[in-house]
Amino acid sequence: MAAAEKPPVSGTGSVALDGALTWVDQRFPLISTWKAHLTEYYAPKNFNFWYYFGSLAMLVLVIQIVTGIFLTMNYKPDANLAFASVEYIMREVPGGWIIRYMHSTGASAFFICVYLHMFRALLYGSHRKPRELIWIFGVLIYLCLMGEAFFGYLLPWGQMSYWGAQVIINLFSAIPFIGPDLSLWIRGDYVISDATLNRFFALHVIALPLVLLGLVMAHLLALHEVGSNNPDGIEITEHKDANGVPLDGIPFHPYYTVKDILGVVVFLIVFVIIVFFAPEMGGYFLEYNNFVPADPLQTPAHIAPVWYFTPYYSILRAVPPMFNSQFPGVVAMGVSVMVLFVLPWLDRGAVKSIRYRGTHFKVALTAFVIVFLILGYLGTEPITVWGQFGAWLGNADRATVASRICTVIYFLFFILMPWYTKVDKTKPEPERVTH
Amino acid sequence: MKKLIASLLLPAATLIASAAVLPGSLPVLLGLPAVLFGSPAAMASEGGVRLDAAPIEPTDVVSLQSGARTFANYCLNCHSASLMRWNRLVELGLSESQITDNLIFDGSKVGDLMNVAMTKKDARKWFGAAPPDLSVIARARGADWLYSYLRGFYRDPARPTGWNNTVYENVGMPNPMWQLQGERTRVEPKGDEGKEGHAGAIRAVKYEMVKPGSLTPVQYDETVRDLVNFLVYMGEPAATSRKQIGIFVLLYLLALWPLAYLLKREFWKDVH
Repeated sequence: MAAAEKPPVSGTGSVALDGALTWVDQRFPLISTWKAHLTEYYAPKNFNFWYYFGSLAMLVLVIQIVTGIFLTMNYKPDANLAFASVEYIMREVPGGWIIRYMHSTGASAFFICVYLHMFRALLYGSHRKPRELIWIFGVLIYLCLMGEAFFGYLLPWGQMSYWGAQVIINLFSAIPFIGPDLSLWIRGDYVISDATLNRFFALHVIALPLVLLGLVMAHLLALHEVGSNNPDGIEITEHKDANGVPLDGIPFHPYYTVKDILGVVVFLIVFVIIVFFAPEMGGYFLEYNNFVPADPLQTPAHIAPVWYFTPYYSILRAVPPMFNSQFPGVVAMGVSVMVLFVLPWLDRGAVKSIRYRGTHFKVALTAFVIVFLILGYLGTEPITVWGQFGAWLGNADRATVASRICTVIYFLFFILMPWYTKVDKTKPEPERVTH
Repeated sequence: MKKLIASLLLPAATLIASAAVLPGSLPVLLGLPAVLFGSPAAMASEGGVRLDAAPIEPTDVVSLQSGARTFANYCLNCHSASLMRWNRLVELGLSESQITDNLIFDGSKVGDLMNVAMTKKDARKWFGAAPPDLSVIARARGADWLYSYLRGFYRDPARPTGWNNTVYENVGMPNPMWQLQGERTRVEPKGDEGKEGHAGAIRAVKYEMVKPGSLTPVQYDETVRDLVNFLVYMGEPAATSRKQIGIFVLLYLLALWPLAYLLKREFWKDVH
């Protein structure tokens, strides 16, 4: 019998606790799981600032789930009651405003953490072999998160909720042949309505959180299978001691758990400043127009998605309609996200980390970050924000021209990657990790 | 260690100093960019006029009480505030009987929401559009917009109501406080002044008082200031306590940080 073969647990300092843990461990892989993922999971000892955002993203996920559960207790997914029920939470539910602001700030914080976490991967080549699947699970998490944010944004039933959803669902109707039927199927009605609100609520609170949790689990299991990358982009498993422990590895627990606590406290300081002193974040986290109840008969003058979607929204707007169809823009927007899936195979650099890459990659990555930020900014503004060029350029909107240039650079970053990473003059990687 | 103490001392001192003064000034003391705290539509209205800054003070209870009175007298006949409960006003230092006796005119109970008798259907028939609910209007429009708008009415015979507004052109609402403000006409600027006056500061717009109201212009500005102050309060009644609680949460986290740092340092001693 397997149960009897396992050695009893000892060393907790309490006979009763030892006994209880032994009882559990003989029926459940408690100690082996604890060891495999925490005390005997060896992480490189040279993690830097960029390595905080994975655990922080997980913290935000927990914040979103817990605050979400409490919001659900008072929120009403009904087109006639939704807006007022959110304000009911803000005014009459004890502590309701803290829960709601944590949830609304958490949405943006989630994207900040995930964007920085993904940027870290680009910096140090964490998407490269043998971590391609970790990256793919990560991109799936990102997609899931976008869906989660989109569905959740309809729920307060304000003007931006309503018209933002209207714009995005209408994108599907640009798909040839099946488009109109598809968008009708998504909405469940000819306009955004109570039917749409109810299904978005179901997807937001049940379907996507389940998928998200599953994907996070897969992301972590894949990570613990191959081990963490590090700022040097070299494998610590190539130098092990007699016991098979990587020489440059340290047990995740307690070393990185105590270090992550430090990151958590700093993160919470920033989070708390926003939640308590600037929950609207100047209209970027909570849009002002969303304090006007949804009105299907009144289109707002300026419809902008929340900041985390705006780079893609800019790409959508940048592509001109072709053959009387918005479809090319929709395709460009879709491809701009989907291209992330093939990133591990586009990158053909001899080294992984930016520390040992050549000028080509550094220039490309810098340009990519800059255009991503510009596209993000322009997506929050009307296309007239920078005025127009003179007649010599057909009085074109400056912002449109800028976003077209940025869109081209965005795609060139990926299209040219196999070339510039290959010809890049790289520096030799060190044998062991450096600090 | 010296460096650590120094890095902790400054934010802590800033916080304690700010806790001692008004909670509203905390963001400024923390050195956070002002843009994060700007109000909606801070730059311009739809009409393109630059707005006046509303000199409101969210902790001035007398101003809030005065604003509540103006709101009950002049706004609440057509506009509802159906997300706000009457007895929440005890936060402004009013007793429940004071609220019932001085502010509630329609026989509502003090525990009721601030509703109006007029139905949306009737309102649409009479005004063309239902007057919006004002519970969170300050969060949608911003204090500056409201302050400028409520002071921007002028007589315009071309409009069905006889009123127009500099901030919200061709608005459906007549000036609800005309008896206080009086009746003004707008002096259309001549020649080149025209364009500049429109895009420039709202102060560049000139009015002529045709029939003075019961208040002087300065008194009227104060009345509107108090009303906007109240609308901002009503938009988020918990805002003041939110900031006060926030200071303590921050202090807790700032105290936790050195402990977390020392814990990490202790564990990492043996990592080389």
